[in-house]
Amino acid sequence: MTTTHRRIRVLVAKPGLDGHDRGARVIVSAFRDAGFEVVYTGLHQTPEAIVEAALQEDADVVALSILSGAHMTLLPRVKALLDEAGLDDVLVTGGGIIPDEDAEALHAAGIGRLFGPGTRTGDAVAYIRTWFASSRRAAT
Amino acid sequence: MAAVAGRAEAPEREMARSLAEGCGAGERAALARAISVVEDRRPGFRELLARVAANGRRAHRTGITGPPGAGKSTLAAALARVWRDAGEEVGIVAVDPTSPYSGGALLGDRVRMAPLRLDRGVFIRSMATRGAGGGLAEAVHDVIDLMEGTGFGRILLETVGVGQTELGVAEAADTVVVVLTPESGDEVQAMKAGLAEVADIFVVNKADRPEARALVRRLRDAVGLGRGRGGGTPGAGARAKEDGAPGWNPPVLTAVATAGDGIIALADAVEDHRRSLAESGVQEARRIARAEARIRAEVRAVLEAHLGRVAGGGGFAEAARMVAGGRETVYEAAQRLLAGGGILSRDLAP
Ligand code: B12
Ligand SMILES: Nc1nc2c(ncn2[C@@H]2O[C@H](COP(=O)(O)OP(=O)(O)O)[C@@H](O)[C@H]2O)c(=O)[nH]1
Ligand SMILES: [Mg+2]
Repeated sequence: MTTTHRRIRVLVAKPGLDGHDRGARVIVSAFRDAGFEVVYTGLHQTPEAIVEAALQEDADVVALSILSGAHMTLLPRVKALLDEAGLDDVLVTGGGIIPDEDAEALHAAGIGRLFGPGTRTGDAVAYIRTWFASSRRAAT
Repeated sequence: MAAVAGRAEAPEREMARSLAEGCGAGERAALARAISVVEDRRPGFRELLARVAANGRRAHRTGITGPPGAGKSTLAAALARVWRDAGEEVGIVAVDPTSPYSGGALLGDRVRMAPLRLDRGVFIRSMATRGAGGGLAEAVHDVIDLMEGTGFGRILLETVGVGQTELGVAEAADTVVVVLTPESGDEVQAMKAGLAEVADIFVVNKADRPEARALVRRLRDAVGLGRGRGGGTPGAGARAKEDGAPGWNPPVLTAVATAGDGIIALADAVEDHRRSLAESGVQEARRIARAEARIRAEVRAVLEAHLGRVAGGGGFAEAARMVAGGRETVYEAAQRLLAGGGILSRDLAP
């Protein structure tokens, strides 16, 4: 039978030594309830492991939760490795404790929107839906 | 119209050819994309499958099933490690249920497979059931075929042993490992769900818990009692005894997956089972049975879709209203739909 079932696939990961996983769990549930297929990798992921998982899972979005303060190194590293693997059409987004000026600098470096404390999960869901609708990946 | 269709077809064929080529060369990115094409039933997926099948590679398929939290993912990762140490390449498909309300899914099995995450000889793919009647996604078979065609000689299929999945696992796997734990109710739940019937191998995991030995004893009794029963009520290990390799009696093993205990014995048991299937010819019989089940499922799906499109009077929805309103019986409606769809001539209707 030929019914096409395109679902948005999101990989949610906690990079580095950061053990704060409440936010990530909230986001994972919200994404599932929004109809996304969410692959959760758990804590203590290296950028290399995150990118390998994104490749195997053919993720549309890599969503990272970072409350450790290491976002300025981790996010660009993940983005660079994705580009290197030919996955430059994957959205890198995330959230946690990330000052606005850092978020702006990261955005200029090709990272998507970042969501801080008090985020309404619906905003992150809407952002991903909107991104996906106009992305190259939606066409495939 | 024909010209437009011809033009629209070209990129799909090109996609199928290049992805199949990538899989043939063992490229992980190509396999990952091919799986999505097949899982989503995107245009060209049939040609892609045909081309990858043409690689003619064969894998041994081990299913791991059992109640949620039994330790299936942890055990799968440990088993994969053993096979990797023996130089084999391992493809893992981990299936979790789709939420019937949102259509979304939480695919969390990777959390327990962390030790494998940078090993290039392992490929892990998480899949949602996508509402395939409470059972396995139909595409699971296709995804396994793709991994096989990419050169992974060992396939591990992890599914949650609830709903109808045990039938799907039995169909998809050459060797079925049922994982149980001493926790309250596991055993009863497994018997009720028919899980115990499809086991080729039982593993009592979390054997670090004191109640494990009692469960092992009860399972060994259950497997022993069912022996040679033939046509009676199927019991523990019924499939293994009735259409498994002759003389194969499902062993009851113990493991502590988190500590890696009992994993080598499990790998040995899987190997013994694989060998006994191959030597008895039952392996081939299982492949044939699997192929038949898949053909039947596809024929049924195509027929239903066809009837939904062409049957007179608005198809199933209209027929349902007629039957619910008492204007037609279920049997009359079915006959009418089949005749309207050109599948059954009115005169030939039984
Ligand atoms: C609870 C907590 C803990 C708990 C964590 C429990 C757990 N399993 O998660 C415990 C007590 C273990 C802990 C420990 C530590 N903590 Co603490 N902790 C907090 C606290 C109070 C709340 C975090 C929380 O759970 N919030 C609730 C969740 C739901 O919100 P959230 O994580 O922010 O997520 C929301 C958004 O940020 C966003 N979001 C987050 N991730 C993502 C991802 C995506 C993809 C998207 C779209 C959105 C998104 O959406 C979520 C929902 O709204 C914060 C302070 C604060 N107010 O944020 C400090 C805080 C994060 N901790 C801090 C620190 C320093 C630590 C410790 C190093 C030691 C310490 N001083 O306590 C240890 C380190 C532990 C470790 N191994 O990493 C600092 C971090 C400083 C920094 N980054 O510069 C903070 C900011 C406190 C502070 N002001 O100093 N902590
Ligand atoms: N005590 C103990 N815990 C285990 C063992 N194997 C797995 N676990 C834990 O059981 C939980 C569920 O394991 P998981 O592999 O995710 O189970 P699954 O849902 O069947 O895939 C995790 O917290 C594991 O760490 C074991 O042998 N002993
Ligand atoms: Mg699991």
